Amino acid sequence: MKFKKALEQTYNNFKRAIPILFGVLILISIVTISIPGEYYKKIFSGNLFFDSIIGTAIGSIAAGNPITSYVIGGELLAEGVSLVAVTAFILSWVTVGMVQLPAEILMLGKRFAITRNILAFISAIIISILTVLTLRIFS
Amino acid sequence: MKNILSKIESQWIFLIIAVLIFFVFALIRPDLVNQVIFSFGSLVIKILPILAIVFVLIFLFNYFVEPKKIIEFFGKGSGVKGWILAIIGGIISTGPIYLWYPLLSDLKDRGMRNALISAFLYNRAIKLQLIALMIYYFGLAYVLILSFYMLIFSIINGYLTEKLVPGKENKC
Repeated sequence: MKFKKALEQTYNNFKRAIPILFGVLILISIVTISIPGEYYKKIFSGNLFFDSIIGTAIGSIAAGNPITSYVIGGELLAEGVSLVAVTAFILSWVTVGMVQLPAEILMLGKRFAITRNILAFISAIIISILTVLTLRIFS
Repeated sequence: MKNILSKIESQWIFLIIAVLIFFVFALIRPDLVNQVIFSFGSLVIKILPILAIVFVLIFLFNYFVEPKKIIEFFGKGSGVKGWILAIIGGIISTGPIYLWYPLLSDLKDRGMRNALISAFLYNRAIKLQLIALMIYYFGLAYVLILSFYMLIFSIINGYLTEKLVPGKENKC
């Protein structure tokens, strides 16, 4: 009886989650293909503060595996983009998800999802600045 | 039309909108359609094993863990233990963030704190299996400092999320 109930609950969860996950995968595929890596470096200004905001904004919209964000981040650094901008970019890539926000809203609640993403957005800016400042102190 | 829409569950409306966006995209950039379809196919193949793990976990949680145990581990009174479990869970969980929404949604329904869900999701930024690659690109000192701040901010974000969204809310 307990087994059947657990199976039923899991199936209901599965039935609800699958269309959302497929929707997210469609959106991620469109975003990943339409914004190739080399587009990112054209947007940065060179200003430390603005670059951290731009980095966070781009990372929030971009989607995909964290490995891709490290590779793009490494390329951006090599191209002369600031470490603050790159840090903000790789951080928001994983912690903020504009593409998957509708899925997060559907599964975890609208207020929760929006609040969490706004906080993660602000945190990415603060952490990127703190990380670079701390790195300067230690090196 | 409104009547039909009200009968369709929100998750299906979301999928229909995503498909419509794809068709609009196909009209604007027909040259990229094949690449998008290929990317979608590769993503589906890539996530299937993790998705299976997530649903096995959901089943195991439903079968073995009583709701009062969930509350004990992740509920209001879970204290430091709850934070540690959420942080470790976030760090060791693999795959894309959205694959974990179903499990977290299930745990939330059964009493998991918003603060711990937020901390779990934030700590997904610290990926042990990718640290070597991160060190290769950015150096050890950078990775250690960044990981330290991410850990601290996962707790701050968790607290703030719960302050701003204290109770259960209706899902769409």
